[in-house]
Amino acid sequence: MKRILPIVIVVVTAALMALALTGVGRSATTVGIVSGSVLPGFTPRASTPEQAVANLLIDVKRRNWDRSYSALARISNGADEPSFKRDWTGTDGSLRTFSNLEGYDARPLHATNDEAQMRLQLHWSTPVGPIQEVRDVQVRREGEVWKVVWPQIQTASVPAQVIPVNYLRWDVVTGSAEDEWGSRNIDAPHVRIISMNAVDSADGSIVMGEVVNEDTIPAFVNVNATLVDSAGNAIDDETSFDKISHVLLPKQVSPYRIDFPNLSLKNVKNVRMDVKASLVPASADPVIGIMDQKLATDAQGRNVLRGQLLNEGGQTVNISHVIASFYDNTGKVVWVSDGYVDRALLPQTSEPFAVEIPRALSGKVQNFHVVVNQYSLGKS
Amino acid sequence: MSWLTNTVWANLRPGRKLSTCLASILCMGGLSGGEVAGVHVPASVVAGTPTPISTAGSGKAAFYLIGPSISVKRDVNLGEAVQLQSRDVQNAGRYVAVVCSESCQSAAFYVTAAKPASMSFLVHPSRVPVAQSDAVSGVVLPFDQFRNLVLEPLTVDFQLTAGTAALMSRPIQTHNGVAWFRTSSGKTAGTLQVAASINELAAKRVVRQVASDPCNLRIKGQRTTKGILVETELVHDCAGNPVTDGTIVTFTASEANGKSTVDAPIKQGVARAQIASPGPVVVSVASGVVMGNELRVGGHP
Repeated sequence: MKRILPIVIVVVTAALMALALTGVGRSATTVGIVSGSVLPGFTPRASTPEQAVANLLIDVKRRNWDRSYSALARISNGADEPSFKRDWTGTDGSLRTFSNLEGYDARPLHATNDEAQMRLQLHWSTPVGPIQEVRDVQVRREGEVWKVVWPQIQTASVPAQVIPVNYLRWDVVTGSAEDEWGSRNIDAPHVRIISMNAVDSADGSIVMGEVVNEDTIPAFVNVNATLVDSAGNAIDDETSFDKISHVLLPKQVSPYRIDFPNLSLKNVKNVRMDVKASLVPASADPVIGIMDQKLATDAQGRNVLRGQLLNEGGQTVNISHVIASFYDNTGKVVWVSDGYVDRALLPQTSEPFAVEIPRALSGKVQNFHVVVNQYSLGKS
Repeated sequence: MSWLTNTVWANLRPGRKLSTCLASILCMGGLSGGEVAGVHVPASVVAGTPTPISTAGSGKAAFYLIGPSISVKRDVNLGEAVQLQSRDVQNAGRYVAVVCSESCQSAAFYVTAAKPASMSFLVHPSRVPVAQSDAVSGVVLPFDQFRNLVLEPLTVDFQLTAGTAALMSRPIQTHNGVAWFRTSSGKTAGTLQVAASINELAAKRVVRQVASDPCNLRIKGQRTTKGILVETELVHDCAGNPVTDGTIVTFTASEANGKSTVDAPIKQGVARAQIASPGPVVVSVASGVVMGNELRVGGHP
């Protein structure tokens, strides 16, 4: 008995390990959809399009670029290895450079004996939370093995140029402790909430609207909301967190959104709003234009607002964060949505963006307003 | 103790009973061997002024002085004056002098602030849009050299100047140690000097008068190889002041199947933006909640 038990444990453990390693990419959660957590392990032969995709993503997860690249189909316009690697790891301090591929769903869109088209939903973990990316890939059979086709991604090429910038920046100088009381006070910026709307959603309650900096100096803004019941007691309070453009230049308007998860408005009698603004050093550059904004439907059938972010300045914007407010025909804000762009915005180049609109609201949306938060490494 | 109950205690407000009670407790442990016949204090003392307190009687006694932020105990000879030093009476307020031997006697007096030696001058706000009524206010609180608030009425001269032009000059008396004014902001952007003076004392503050909301916001534009270059005319408020650089102007180009927007800061009085749109567009402009004109630009020929 003393020997049997350890032997059984070892055998069962080995069996489970083998099952887990060879079963990667085969654990379908929905009929027709292949999911995987891209755990490291043995890579089975790509005898099906699904297995080819699974093998590729496992190697990408392992950052085994040589092997993942060597498993791609050879085509005339295929990506070279450096650009293939850049496609997955990102460049220029973009959000992708801080992200990790956590998992994926693969759905076949179309398949023949020799070719298949797969839709990949990639689950990235990033410093700003999980991000989903959807990609359609071609898979081709070469002999007995299926291989993923990875075309060369056209990256923005910035020609050498000189872009004149009339630099505009605000710095904040604080008084010293020896100053006479009241002699060097600087008032906090004046900001105002210009609209507010509270709605119930499937995930809880949402308070949203817009806030404007009415002052002549930049402001660091945060909006707080407190839900109050009929007895006047506070039920919950939350802040806008990253669903706002925190740094508002003079006369700039930003949407805000405050989520109250798992809380219904049924018990809420009142909403107390509080906007806090403080002095902050800021720069007016670079300017980012938001081009070709239009309401559309994406590849998954979701209603989205999509467009292009155009960096009109001469500095690289590492991470762009798009926040959009949507209005109904009376001008009321009915939804606020946001999303991050995972590629860096190089000077004078553009990158696409898309933010989702709930299906129930898509018919009500008559207009929209988009602002862009920008983060540049090494800049305040 | 009966004298205390009958004379002083009954006249004290509840807040002051504590210090008096303390004095009476101290009195129990005082020296014995003398008879206190009386304590004589001046009605009021100017802060920081050495002051004698005369005692009557014979023999030795303990002298206690209890006041704001101070308590003193000394051995004294009854019949001689107790000399209070400058440091003993620096804080304005009510003091109680207690002399104890076999029995105790006490007397109260007030220390008032000395002549003003400094002032706190608060001006609000630090920035103000032009032509706002009752937008600028200032408050003066005079203090003596020991930081006692001077409660006696004083005349404070307030003066407001913008550049070299005097906008306001107003003498105002303090009430309960405070003098204040309120006035409208001027019509011209720039610095507003606010001065307050009490005799030879003076303090200056600066309020920045800034342009108000843009007025009559107008844009012009032309098609370029990259799209449309639009720019505002010189942006100014309704009083003609140039709007502060950095103010955001939003350009919106609406076309048949979408729109483009650019939030551009005003630089050197003008905001400009490049809009990448090949087709005919209508460009509108806004800054904050102020709207400007619309511009129609044709497509590429």
